[in-house]
Amino acid sequence: MSVQDMKLDGNAIGGLLIEIFGTDLTGSMGVCASCGAQGHVAALDVYVHAPGIVARCRSCEAVMLKIVRSETRTWLDLSGTRTLEITSR
Amino acid sequence: MAGAALLGRLTWLATEVVDAVQETPRVRTLVLEADGWTDHRAGQHVDVRLTAEDGYQAERSYSIASAPGRPLAITVEELENGEVSPYLVGEVRPGDRFEIRGPIGGYFVWDGTGEAPVLLVAGGSGVVPLMSMIRQRAAIGSRTPTRLLYSSRSWDDVIYRADLEEPGDGLEVFHTLTRSQPPGWTGYSRRIDAELLGEVAWGAVDEPRVFICGSTRFVDTAADGLVAMGYAPESIRTERFGATG
Repeated sequence: MSVQDMKLDGNAIGGLLIEIFGTDLTGSMGVCASCGAQGHVAALDVYVHAPGIVARCRSCEAVMLKIVRSETRTWLDLSGTRTLEITSR
Repeated sequence: MAGAALLGRLTWLATEVVDAVQETPRVRTLVLEADGWTDHRAGQHVDVRLTAEDGYQAERSYSIASAPGRPLAITVEELENGEVSPYLVGEVRPGDRFEIRGPIGGYFVWDGTGEAPVLLVAGGSGVVPLMSMIRQRAAIGSRTPTRLLYSSRSWDDVIYRADLEEPGDGLEVFHTLTRSQPPGWTGYSRRIDAELLGEVAWGAVDEPRVFICGSTRFVDTAADGLVAMGYAPESIRTERFGATG
């Protein structure tokens, strides 16, 4: 199986993001801290086979989001995300 | 839309399989009854969680196949060496129980309405969330001009074949069969490429909205092809799945 086959997108972590943020984030816009590209969270490249979950910018492939979970804790690294626009319906 | 999403909570719901329909040799639709389920939007998915007797748990996401307001159904393709899909396709029977949570997703959704035409592009089991949209469109009597371009390996691999044979008012279905074709096949018989998109898709001048679902390679090919035709990137919504099941 190639790396390409392991790649998902932000839709795949929609449930996990609701768990963490309490609202749907797949339709939210994020801005990459590395290249400034703006895009939907649903469109990020997502890899779930690392020890944690890694989401990368579609434009420059920089890591925008990392999530590592244990039974009792969730560790969230958003240092690669400049802004995240969370809309409420 | 009330319930889980607005409360900011997403809880695992006890779920019973009430019916199972074999769609193709490798694909099955499961009709589910989940305690406390709230209605979904066409295009959304659920997370399924299986728990083994020793406590080991496995989770996967599956698109909802049914229209909003109808009994909840997911369609699952069995993937080789999968952890969850072989059970859901080959073993689970009506009366069996597992857990789901959802509905999930606010990006890859279409309520079936709108003036602008809609292009749906499916690779294999990527047709599932698009079928929910097609069913929703029919249920509300929508007149939005809609085309489905659906790529399968063979005629026997076409999911929802009977439903798609009589597409109904204002819906056109275009099949392409990439690996083998039945005798007398008059549809397309190759992988989706720029030329095929050019024949099936509306011109960019019509400002269509697009939903593409399939493997990463399939989605990238289709999306790049449409952008090359002049489609606005922001008019194209995608859902890409990988080879884990």
